[in-house]
Amino acid sequence: MTKTGNSLTGKSLGAQILGLTRKQFFIPIAALLALVVFNLIADPSFFEIKMGQNSAGDPVLSGYLVTIFDNASELVILAIGMTLVTAASGGQDISVGAAIAIAGSVMLRILCGPDGKAAELQAPIIVAFIICCLVAMLFGAFNGALVSYFKIPPMVATLILFTAGRSIAAWINNNQLPIVNDISFSYYGNFFPGIPVPTPIFIAVACMIVIALVLKFTNLGLYSQTVGINPHAARLNGLNPEVIKLITYIILGLCVAVAGFIKVSRFSTINYSVIAKDIEMDAILAVALGGNSLGGGKFNMAASIMGAYVIQFLTTTLYKFNVVSSALPAYKAIVVIILVVLSAPIVREKISRAWKKTTSKSAKEVA
Amino acid sequence: MDEGVILQMTGICKYFPGVRALQNVDYTLRRGEIHALMGENGAGKSTLIKVLTGVYPKDGGQIYIEGTEGEAHIRSPQDAQNIGISTVYQEISLCPNLTVAENMFIGRTKSAITNWKDMNAKAGKLLDDLQIPVKPTQQLDSCSIAVQQMVAIARAVDMECKVLILDEPTSSLDEQEVEKLFKLMRDLKAKGVGIIFVTHFLDQVYEVCDRITVLRDGGLVGEYVIEDLPRVKLVSKMLGKELDDMASIKDEEEKVKSNEDTETILEAKGLASNAGIKPFDFYIKKGEVNGFTGLLGSGRSECVRAIFGADHVTSGKVFMHGRQVRIHRPIDAMKNGIGYLPEDRKQDGIVSELSVRDNIILAQQVMRGFFRPFTRKQAEEIAQKYIKLLDIKTASSDTPIGQLSGGNQQKVILARWLFTDPAYLILDEPTRGIDIGTKVEIQKLALKLASEGKSVTFISSEIDEMLRTCSRLVVMRDRKVVGELDGADLNQNKVMATIAGGEEK
Repeated sequence: MTKTGNSLTGKSLGAQILGLTRKQFFIPIAALLALVVFNLIADPSFFEIKMGQNSAGDPVLSGYLVTIFDNASELVILAIGMTLVTAASGGQDISVGAAIAIAGSVMLRILCGPDGKAAELQAPIIVAFIICCLVAMLFGAFNGALVSYFKIPPMVATLILFTAGRSIAAWINNNQLPIVNDISFSYYGNFFPGIPVPTPIFIAVACMIVIALVLKFTNLGLYSQTVGINPHAARLNGLNPEVIKLITYIILGLCVAVAGFIKVSRFSTINYSVIAKDIEMDAILAVALGGNSLGGGKFNMAASIMGAYVIQFLTTTLYKFNVVSSALPAYKAIVVIILVVLSAPIVREKISRAWKKTTSKSAKEVA
Repeated sequence: MDEGVILQMTGICKYFPGVRALQNVDYTLRRGEIHALMGENGAGKSTLIKVLTGVYPKDGGQIYIEGTEGEAHIRSPQDAQNIGISTVYQEISLCPNLTVAENMFIGRTKSAITNWKDMNAKAGKLLDDLQIPVKPTQQLDSCSIAVQQMVAIARAVDMECKVLILDEPTSSLDEQEVEKLFKLMRDLKAKGVGIIFVTHFLDQVYEVCDRITVLRDGGLVGEYVIEDLPRVKLVSKMLGKELDDMASIKDEEEKVKSNEDTETILEAKGLASNAGIKPFDFYIKKGEVNGFTGLLGSGRSECVRAIFGADHVTSGKVFMHGRQVRIHRPIDAMKNGIGYLPEDRKQDGIVSELSVRDNIILAQQVMRGFFRPFTRKQAEEIAQKYIKLLDIKTASSDTPIGQLSGGNQQKVILARWLFTDPAYLILDEPTRGIDIGTKVEIQKLALKLASEGKSVTFISSEIDEMLRTCSRLVVMRDRKVVGELDGADLNQNKVMATIAGGEEK
């Protein structure tokens, strides 16, 4: 302890900054700061939060910041599961968008009944939600089994559901578009009457608390990291790498169910081909932006969550500046490439070497 | 160069940072000769091969090859191939999803267009010549490992090689497959090819080779005609112990004697696994330190892995304290109070990116269960205790274990198993690649555990070390248990004679 204290005081400011850049949080926080500064300069009104009223006459908060936190909710929840899957299996699940379509479709099927036109709820929302969770976990287990027991690379294994998921979702409701008429269902994706903060924010925060507790009070973190880093050693220490990989996919399934619930609640209906489109790529990016290795192993959950918010911040910023939605992915790709390249160890090493050179040179010049 | 010599290496030196991997090694290969290159781990065999094939540049010495004027300059594997040196590695480096013919000619046609008919015909002829039982159009992974190995050799031979290097080609073959391979080697020998044969199996050397060159610790021990070097001599050359001056280094006081009356902790009957060991019997008593000995690849590790459930057990029974137990997976063994420090620290032991602390608590944590993690504070206390106890040199308990030196990594793994408080601890090569001071510490620790009433199985390539720590040795050769030594038989002469086998007196 004393040693680190001494070395800290002994270091120059430059070295301290250099040390900071090596921290896992550096990239997402730096990206966030850059976005904040950009928006401050371009249009400070970006950060305004206003109290308004919605169509029902309830007080609600509005503003870009609220939108960011609201819209990032599904992504944050998925990033949690994706981080675990990445850590344990060294690969990513690309079927989460399609799986959200399935989860949402199951939910609506139960709430609206077979013809999809029922005026009132056919089952309590909680029942529908539980069944939706079970189905999504089942699909997660399907992916997980392919990856862990059949040793299929995660991207390939989940490609199956990625391709088939949306048509399965449509098939569940006979390709109809059920609409939930009960207003109480929309509370979960919008606002509860009298509460000015969007409900998805609460749900996302709840998920973060749950995962924090799980990581603290179980060995999920230790096991999934051990399996991801060295499956041989994991096995010789009594772990079952297959089961642990499977569990992470089932947890991701649960995350998918929660995200799907929010998504269908936002509109009280579903559009099979559009719902949660491309969200899998954002979820994977969130993990990468958080500085986690996509090859598996050690992870930092908080950094992944931070990464998810950064991505949503970026998306909303681009919308604000009237980037057409069809051009959005291209802009996003540019920013993401910069961030990912900057966070690559090989680049960081070069930067830190170049930094050292310049500082030592300037030191000599001073002398 | 003398008549009949096709390859001559003289005074070869190779240095790695801090290590002299090769020091003045000579090697001579004659036409139509199978010449074994022998030595224990770290002797420099593979470094020599890599220098010869251009994988590593040499730091000194000359290589001459027949047909090339003056010194041969081999800067890359491509150079080596061009002057007629072909290599077949232990791991088959062919493409499993191409056909046999494609594998034989891949990357060798100059034109972009392949004449399939021509290629298959050529391949067929070559395979016939070498009497390899395979069709050229067959997909490679549908062939047995032996045939794949032979296809690799056929590919090498067709490149008109003068020198063929076989680097442990038999380690994954069964007896019949080995026979086939030997036949092929003899045929090639008759055709005048010089073969460098690297293997750990003594029987195979005596079956097929004409000459032996022995290396030890990067230096040349000597070149011998096979008739002049009986097995026992070969083993003593490899291990660096002269048979005559072998004063026993046994220290009776330090040694823990097993008592006939004490309880048998573990007994295995007819145990065999899918790792290719012959069924074996084994027992260990309370407070005993015993060991498996034998040359590398003789099946020492496979035996203890079978006991721990690390490999898939195919037959046999295991009894603990007289009661039969079922050990399918490592966790079953751990729950029965067995600990296992694996041979390959990097691949099977450390979880490199995790902290020293996590690495220490790992095994015990798994036994405690998923829902009962140690708190950060508990884990830290445990880690500090063992860091102090075993004198582990690490910046902090937060340091990733991958950043520690080999010896300290090994101590962390040792701490991991000590923390599980096992009744029976298996230490597989715990002292490999670590400094002498730590070696002694680990040996002492094994003896101390035994004096506390625990049982320890100790495996080491160094016979000295085994004699110093063990009171009973199980001797293995070619994946079989071939003897058991204790009491007065525990001396280097006897151990080496048993390891060598064949010519026992």
